[in-house]
Amino acid sequence: MDFSLSMEQEILRKSVREFAENEIRPVARELDEKEEFSYETMAKMAELGLFGMFVSEKYGGQGMDYLSYIIATEELARVDGSHAATVAAGNSLGIGPIYYFGNEEQKQKYLPKLCSGEALWGFGLTEPNAGSDAANSKTTAVLDGDEWIINGSKIFITNASTKISAGVTALCRTGTRDDGRPELSCILIETGTPGYEARVMHGKMMWRASNTSELYFDDCRVPKENLLGPRGQGFYQMMQTLDRGRLSIGAMGLGGAQGCFEMALKYAKERVQFGKPISHFQINSFKLADMALEIECARLILYKACWLCDNNKPFTKEAAMAKLYCSEVMYRCANHAVQLHGGYGLMKEYDVERFYRDQKLLEIGEGTSEVQRIVISRLIGAV
Amino acid sequence: MNIIVCLKQVPDTETQIKIAPDGKSIVTDDIKWIMNPYDEFGVEEALRIKEKFGGEVTVVSLGPKRVTETIRTALAMGADKGILITDDALEGSDSLAVAKALAAAIKDLEYDLIFTGQRGIDEDQGLVGPSLAEMLGIPHVSLVVKVEVAEDGKSVKVERPVEGQTLVIESPLPALLTAQKGLNEPRYASLPGIMKAKKKPLEEKSLADLGLDPSEFGEGARKLKILEITPPPERKAGKIIEGETPQEKAAELARLLHEEAKVI
Repeated sequence: MDFSLSMEQEILRKSVREFAENEIRPVARELDEKEEFSYETMAKMAELGLFGMFVSEKYGGQGMDYLSYIIATEELARVDGSHAATVAAGNSLGIGPIYYFGNEEQKQKYLPKLCSGEALWGFGLTEPNAGSDAANSKTTAVLDGDEWIINGSKIFITNASTKISAGVTALCRTGTRDDGRPELSCILIETGTPGYEARVMHGKMMWRASNTSELYFDDCRVPKENLLGPRGQGFYQMMQTLDRGRLSIGAMGLGGAQGCFEMALKYAKERVQFGKPISHFQINSFKLADMALEIECARLILYKACWLCDNNKPFTKEAAMAKLYCSEVMYRCANHAVQLHGGYGLMKEYDVERFYRDQKLLEIGEGTSEVQRIVISRLIGAV
Repeated sequence: MNIIVCLKQVPDTETQIKIAPDGKSIVTDDIKWIMNPYDEFGVEEALRIKEKFGGEVTVVSLGPKRVTETIRTALAMGADKGILITDDALEGSDSLAVAKALAAAIKDLEYDLIFTGQRGIDEDQGLVGPSLAEMLGIPHVSLVVKVEVAEDGKSVKVERPVEGQTLVIESPLPALLTAQKGLNEPRYASLPGIMKAKKKPLEEKSLADLGLDPSEFGEGARKLKILEITPPPERKAGKIIEGETPQEKAAELARLLHEEAKVI
C-alpha cells in the first residue's frame, strides 16, 4: 500500500491552498454576507485552471486524475464552501455530463469555454416535486420535427443563472418505456433560448456566495441534436454523474471539516479561561482529538473512492460512503468548532459561524444522507 | 535573455520548529517544505523578463531529492528547465560551500542574469548570492526591489532601498541580483502549469559530475560552525491597564513604564 500523493498532487495542494488563503479568504465573509456571486474570484479560479481539471487537454482541460480534482476542491472548501461549490458543481455537474456522455460535436462546442472558465453550465435534475425521487421528473420534452419542445421547471440548480451561465443539462421525460415507466433523457439547453428562463434564488442559509437557480421551460424549443447520448439514458447518465459528483461533495465535507478543525485548534490554544488555554481542559482537547481522528478517516475513505474511480474500478458504494461520511464529519467538526468558540462562534466575525451554516447543504445536496444510506444498503445486499 | 534562478527549499513558515537532540540542528522529519519566499520573487522576476525579452529560465537548486518538488514548482510557474545538485557529501555544507557548488553548475551555462533570494528564511545568512557572484566573477546588487533590463539587453538598472532612500544602480550584464520583498507578487503554479512541468527537463548532478572534491563540502568542511541552537524566549503575557477614565489609565501606564518597565 502506498499512501503518498504524487509530486504533482503535492504541488497542486500547496498552490490551491495558497490561492484560497490569499484570494478567497479575504473576501469570503463579505460575499457571504451580501449573498453575492463574485465574478472576480470566478475569473481568478478560472485562470488558476480550476475548471476542467479531469478533462483531456484535447478539449481544453488539464488532463489530471480525479484525485487531483478532489484535492483542489478540498483545499477550496477548507477556506470557503461557496467557492468550492462553484468549482465542484462546475466540474462534476456542468462539465462532467457533457464530457462523459456528449458526442464529439457537443464536446468541441461546449467544453473549451467551460474548461477555460469563461462559461458555466448547470445540471438540471431536481424539480419542485422531484428531489430524492428524481426519476419522478415532470419536465417533458416532446419531439416536434427537428426540435424538442420542453416544458416544466427545475429548482436548486447551481451555476445556471450567472451572467456567464451558458446553459443547462436537463433531465426530461421524452416518452414512455415499454414497461410503462417514463423514458428519461438528458437534453442540452443553451441560455438565451426562447422559452428558457433561469432565475437566481435568494435567501439561502448556506453557500450564499454561490449561484443557485430556478429554471423555467415554457414551450422552449431546442434542436433535436441537443439530446445528450442515447435517448432513454438520462436517468442512468444523471446517476453516473452523481457518483462522481458525490466525491466532490465528500471533498467539500473533508476540506470544510479541516478548516473547522484548524480554526478550533487555534482558538482553543489562544482562548484563556480559568487561567489556562481552554485546549488544556480535557473535555475540549478530546473534542479536538475526535475531530483530528474523524478527518483522518474521512480522508482515507474519500481518497480510496477516488483511487477506485481513477483505476476504473466500481466505486458507487465507496462514493456514497465517502459523501455520507465526509459530510457528517464536517457536521460534527463544525458543531465542535462553534462550541469551542463559545459566544464568539455565534458571531459572523468568526468564520466558524459560516462553516456551521455551509455544512448543512452537504447532508442534503447531490443525494441526501438518507439516499446515501439507501444506496449503500442496496449495494451491501441488505435490501 | 537567459536567466538563472537559484532556489532553496526551506521549512514552511507555519512549521513549528523543533530542535534536534544534538542541540545544533532541527528535526526535519515532519517539516513541510516550501520554496524560499525570496527565491520565489526571483522566479517571478525572471519569468516577467523572459516574457518581455524571450529566452530561457533555468532554476538551479541544491539539496536532497525532496528538493525536486521545489524545482518542479518553479517549472510549474513557468521556468523552462531545472538542475538539482544532489550528493550525500553536501549534507551540512555551509553557505560558501553551497555557493561553490552552484558556481560549478552555473559557470558553463549561458546566462545574462542570475537571481537568488536576498537570504534564506531558515538560516538568514544572506551569503550565497554575493559569494556566488564573486566566484563567477560577475557584479552583483543585493536586496533589489525593482529591475529594468535595458532594451539592448546589455545592462540592467535596479532599485535598492536604503534608510529612507532608494539607490538606483546600473550594472552591465551578466550580473547577479538578490531579490527583496516588494520586487513583485509571485504567480501561483497554475494547474496547466503543473501538468506541463511534468515534461520539462530536470537534470541531477553529483559533486563528481561537477568536477568537485567531496572533501570540500559537508559538515567537516564548514568554516562556520554551529555551536548551539536555542528557541527564542517565550513571550510573556500582555497586561491590560485598568482604570475608570482615560486619564486614570494614562497615569497608570506612565507609572508602569516608569517603575516596572523602567523605560521612561
